Amino acid sequence: MQPILELEHISKKFPGVQALTDARFDMRPGEVHALLGENGAGKSTMIKIISGVHKPDTGDIRLDGQRVSFNNPREAQAKGIATIYQELSLYPELSVAENIFMGHAPRAMFGAVDWRTMKRRAAEILDSLQITDLDVEAKVGGLTVGKRQRVEIAKALSLNARILIMDEPTAALTEADVQRLFGIVRLLRERNVGITYISHRLEEVFVLADRVTVLRDGQYVGTDDVKNVTQDKLISMMVGRTIENLFPKLPTEIGKPVLEVRNLWRKPLCRGVSMTLRAGEIVGLAGLVGSGRSEFAQTVFGFTPAQDGEIILDGKPQKIRNPGEAMSKGIAYVPEDRGTQGLVRQMRIRENVSLAVLRSVSRGGFIDDKLEREMSQHAIRQLGIRAFSGEQVVNKLSGGNQQKVVVAKWLASKPKVLIMDEPTRGVDVGAKSEIHRLISELAQQGLAILMISSELPEVLGMSDRVLVMREGRIVAEFERKDATQENVVAAMMRESMDVTDAQPLRTAGD
Amino acid sequence: MAATAQPLVQAQRSRPASRFKLSSLLSQEVILALAIIIIIVVVGSVNARYVSERNLTSIFLGNAYIAVAAIGMSMVIISGNIDVSVGSLIGVLATLSGTLAVNGVPIWLSWVIPVFAGMLVGAVIGFFVAYLKIPSIVVTLGFLSILKGGLISITNGEWIRDLPDSFGLAQERPFGIPMPVYFMIVLTILAALWMRYSATGRAIYAVGGNKEAARLSGISEPRILMTVFILNGFFVGIASILFATQLEIIQTAVPAGVELLIITAAVVGGVSILGGTGTVIGAMLAAILLSAIGSALVFINVSPFWLRAVQGVLILMTVLADLLRRRRNQASLKG
Repeated sequence: MQPILELEHISKKFPGVQALTDARFDMRPGEVHALLGENGAGKSTMIKIISGVHKPDTGDIRLDGQRVSFNNPREAQAKGIATIYQELSLYPELSVAENIFMGHAPRAMFGAVDWRTMKRRAAEILDSLQITDLDVEAKVGGLTVGKRQRVEIAKALSLNARILIMDEPTAALTEADVQRLFGIVRLLRERNVGITYISHRLEEVFVLADRVTVLRDGQYVGTDDVKNVTQDKLISMMVGRTIENLFPKLPTEIGKPVLEVRNLWRKPLCRGVSMTLRAGEIVGLAGLVGSGRSEFAQTVFGFTPAQDGEIILDGKPQKIRNPGEAMSKGIAYVPEDRGTQGLVRQMRIRENVSLAVLRSVSRGGFIDDKLEREMSQHAIRQLGIRAFSGEQVVNKLSGGNQQKVVVAKWLASKPKVLIMDEPTRGVDVGAKSEIHRLISELAQQGLAILMISSELPEVLGMSDRVLVMREGRIVAEFERKDATQENVVAAMMRESMDVTDAQPLRTAGD
Repeated sequence: MAATAQPLVQAQRSRPASRFKLSSLLSQEVILALAIIIIIVVVGSVNARYVSERNLTSIFLGNAYIAVAAIGMSMVIISGNIDVSVGSLIGVLATLSGTLAVNGVPIWLSWVIPVFAGMLVGAVIGFFVAYLKIPSIVVTLGFLSILKGGLISITNGEWIRDLPDSFGLAQERPFGIPMPVYFMIVLTILAALWMRYSATGRAIYAVGGNKEAARLSGISEPRILMTVFILNGFFVGIASILFATQLEIIQTAVPAGVELLIITAAVVGGVSILGGTGTVIGAMLAAILLSAIGSALVFINVSPFWLRAVQGVLILMTVLADLLRRRRNQASLKG
């Protein structure tokens, strides 16, 4: 089939980084083409070149066989190339219809906006995507992430896009929204739209994509039909090596309960949670986004202090009113969003690593420079952080290495309980398995670990026990051997009926 | 195609960032120091009187109290805030100091009390910002008006004369160097060390760089912000004494545009307006640079009114450079 879009011999250099070297990519009408690669492989640069954000240093872009050159995203849009980025670019204060037609609203007399036509056409576009639960007059700011994404897609279609580029569209979606997104993508494919799809989740590639192109370190590795490749093959293309075991769970002796939580409340999303976490144990906390997993963790950590209920550490009830108190009692929390919650990006590795233990590395209010340096060097070695020294600013590290710095920061506080919220989100495959190995090793050293994750294989692969949350409660508990994908997903999605609320857990004291 | 890519990749995988970079050598402090030297050499070669001992001393003296206040301002901006009331506060504290001295209060007390008064005002501003969570620009705009209005109402703009002879701290010249220069250099070095090596100093950078992460790390943001504003009051207090004691009289009015000059020194000194980065040494060098430029304009026969314009250009250049640096960092992050 004749491609609609072809890119050849594309090179692009940024100050200090060769982002792409002689790379290529093409799109056919009516196909979903997955673009894969680790972080830093050049995917984002590639799509930014397609969408006119960046100009390539060398190479050709051909649209329908004609050479084209885009000076800005508008020119690319005018040629039917629409892009949906990870950070959605909508105006929260405006309505769905206004957002869909931002920049090209239908006009009435004297250049005034033709509101009626705009609403009608917005509704038509949504209808054509079989989206029925969106009110065109609703303010976008109040919508869920999944709905906002649908608005973005509708916006792209209002521009008559023939090529739709989606950058990690499922990263922040709930399972239900992911399924709806897949439905919409298939619908668009039938309409002959070419879709470029970037994702870190390999399973999605197999579910959705027709062809796949892999980039590695800015270079083109290969393109193939999805039906011809396996997951292992793709991983080895991405990392240049095979990963035999994605989840290196080490056999670990499980000790006494370290953290016991009883009937913990913090409205609206932590509604009477009870659970026990033992030394050396990894407990996976599954649940849809919005089920209250992070809220529960942040309540235990004192970020949003509990309104009611008990937190018991090593058998003693504790009051935890702020993160400082939680830390001093041996709880550490690796937050979900390392950019906004985990790191101070302008700071060096050394400074980030000691941030949570400033008091204990200081004497008389002054930081012990030598101790701090040793600490950061130790962290770099222990976690395999790829940096030339602790003096490197974390901003310049890759996502996986940044995540390791966050973990290092919390390990420095020598916790007994480590809560990790989405420990591998947005991290490339290689770094991911390193983080998994690390989690496993920490458990082996006796740390009690609560791991919140939206990636089921990760939860199932790493956990000794799996807890499932929904609507602010724990609705199911599975031992490792019983935790299957079907079980856990069913517990996550089922409407509250046959599931016992906040299943009481056997604890030593009762 | 896949085959050709293979070997190269292995070599590139763990490409370490190079240890030595020209850009890291050219920190804001080094750039400013070079700029000062260049101006002195160039203008000095045009007009030798520019490099006379007398003029060099006056360059360092000229903005010394500005540099002292800029220490506090740097801390405030690094913490992610701003204080536009410092000019008014300097006016009020200078008047307070002179009034005390004229009314027979021991001279040393008339120097010390305003410093404490400055810390008190800083504490009040800090309370509004840290605990009531009102943006510092709003709080300090309010204080700017309150202090300025109050000062004019109470003093009616009358000057304070007949100050005791021993009051003139800023006029002392131990070893031939004016007292304010000592204050500027010693306080800047102490503050720089404190910002670099103290736990609180580190926490100020952390709060300014990422509040949320700092909070999750167990750092109490309100306490840090209180500390910052009280310290700012301290440095403004010292600056106001240097300002009050430099002449035989004190004009009981707010020195015009001083807060802008202080903020300019901090920003041109490399303190990021977005918070989280910068040093107090940079601020001091920027204050000296501004003074050197002001003096140079006179010596090369340009109207000194151009100084304001030069300040503006410097601010824009610095902010632009900061922005470009940030953009480049971000660009190199994404793949």
